[in-house]
Amino acid sequence: MFDLDKWQEIFSTIDKNRMRTFLTGFSVAWGIFMLIILLGSGKGLQNGINAQFKQDAVNTIWFGAGTTSKTYQGLKAGRQIQFTNEDYNFVRDRMEGVDKISGRFYMWQNRVVSYNKEYGVFDLFCVHPDYYDIENATMLEGRYINKIDIQKRRKVVAIGKPVQKALFKNGKSPIGEYIKINNVPFQVVGVFTDKNERDETRVYLPLTTAQMISGGANRIHNLSITSTLSAEESVEFEKHLRSEFAKRHNFDPEDLNAMWISNTVKQYKTFTNLFTGIQIFVSIIGAFTIIAGIVGVSNIMIIVVNERTKEIGIRKAIGATPLSIVSMILWEAVFITAVAGYIGLILGIGLLELVSSVLPENQFFLNPSVDFNIAIISTLVLIVAGSLAGLMPALRASRIRPVVALRDE
Amino acid sequence: MIKLKNLHKSYVTGSNSLHVLKGISLEIEEGEMVSVMGASGSGKSTLLNVLGILDNYDSGEYYLNGMLIRDINETKAAVLRNRTLGFVFQSFNLISFKNALENVALPLYYQGVSRRKRNQIAMEYLERVGLKDWWTHLPSELSGGQKQRIAIARSLISKPKVILADEPTGALDSVTSMEVMDLLQEINDEGITIIIVTHEHDIAERTQRSIKLKDGVIENILYHKSNFKAVASF
Repeated sequence: MFDLDKWQEIFSTIDKNRMRTFLTGFSVAWGIFMLIILLGSGKGLQNGINAQFKQDAVNTIWFGAGTTSKTYQGLKAGRQIQFTNEDYNFVRDRMEGVDKISGRFYMWQNRVVSYNKEYGVFDLFCVHPDYYDIENATMLEGRYINKIDIQKRRKVVAIGKPVQKALFKNGKSPIGEYIKINNVPFQVVGVFTDKNERDETRVYLPLTTAQMISGGANRIHNLSITSTLSAEESVEFEKHLRSEFAKRHNFDPEDLNAMWISNTVKQYKTFTNLFTGIQIFVSIIGAFTIIAGIVGVSNIMIIVVNERTKEIGIRKAIGATPLSIVSMILWEAVFITAVAGYIGLILGIGLLELVSSVLPENQFFLNPSVDFNIAIISTLVLIVAGSLAGLMPALRASRIRPVVALRDE
Repeated sequence: MIKLKNLHKSYVTGSNSLHVLKGISLEIEEGEMVSVMGASGSGKSTLLNVLGILDNYDSGEYYLNGMLIRDINETKAAVLRNRTLGFVFQSFNLISFKNALENVALPLYYQGVSRRKRNQIAMEYLERVGLKDWWTHLPSELSGGQKQRIAIARSLISKPKVILADEPTGALDSVTSMEVMDLLQEINDEGITIIIVTHEHDIAERTQRSIKLKDGVIENILYHKSNFKAVASF
């Protein structure tokens, strides 16, 4: 039941004891504020690192041929290892846990690409169709390199959005048009976009076409796969891969220079562990922040009630019932903590919003935000704690004989 | 109006027990104005606190307006204090953050009277004690005499049957003291029973009888005949 008169009495008490109100409110608002900032920062860090990984597939292993640094079975060190299409077939067909696979062949890197009178220098990537998934690209128009392109060694390309912008200024669709790379015409079959801007200024062409054009026979410079393996399994996979390739290409399995392997699964796992760590840390600090808030509110409520002992005595002497005393103190505590908690919540969220809008594009801190439920629950916990903290001394004060309260000066 | 039979009260502090009231028997009629005198520690304030149900007692009987007051709960006591009794204290006991009007109106808040109505009534009582123009002032902005008149207005607003005054002039100079006594006299003339605890003889002499306490018992009762004239017509 809403008793207007009771609230007028409470508001007048709040209004006339501003310092006390401020101190109580401040400790609540500060607690909630700090909690929001803490949770938000933790989330921002997590979002940042997650976004970083989402640019590429999270479970990618890249590996490529190198130069031997150890003699092996009578072969000299310094020997150049070369991967071929057979290696591609081997990994695709014989290795466990391979999901997507693509080779890469290096040809005419950073060559001028032209369409009519427009020119631009872009990265050329000669790859297999699966490279689309490895880079996490998205088609805007047309299609990516496909199997038939690979089989028939078609002269087709998929171009990035910036490439389209640079070459097709009249806004006409590039699909089906011919662009020239190193004066060789290629038909555009698709336009793609990529979350990572650096990966957008690319022109993809079929690996086999590139092998044919450059006379590279069946050579592949490096391979990349996405795997379905866990971090632990992927470490095993790496070892297995190295020993298989050592057999195929006659190098010492211990010779790390003969073949390089870069495994994002391991990195991702490291970061996932880091997150779990950060989350546990944030939760613990958050819990302690709430506890500190509870202690602060309790402390102030006890002081407030003690300070009001005489007032309570006067009120009782002129006819206040114990219930009216408890309800007065309790509602005041609930009101102050609720309003202050809300203010802390708004300020905290406001600051997070401000930070995320002002903060320059930062790869490691993105969209700091809080779980609204957690924020609301924390505020409620503080309100309940503040009220309970006020309830104990309020009950005590309401029970003591007014003469004792009046004597207290 | 008030009847005490062999009333005992002791304070227990730790292992010490202080026997303050040692069998008080007393009757006070409706419309009387009585003073309770005695040296410090004679038990006069304790007696007043028991009469005001601000404090409890150990044994004996206390009848207020024909009702036995014993082991009643705080809620009932609150209602009695609110409706039947009015208090005036030496240290005024006004609520420091409330202005004169709000202080006077407070007992009516606990009766559930609406804010508008109780402020209107409080203004009438402020006018009666001659402080109508001071209604916005906080207790800290008022003189001792003014504060006590506010406190008297507050004690009157609930139309009590008995007003209990604990050293009402204890913190006031003699001129102001007499003004406050005049006011109490006026109230008594309207038929409200008044009990004043004091150690000042000139205050006691303005009441109809003085009950003198010594070491927790009634030493003697002194009648001030000159003051009966006022009641004679009553």
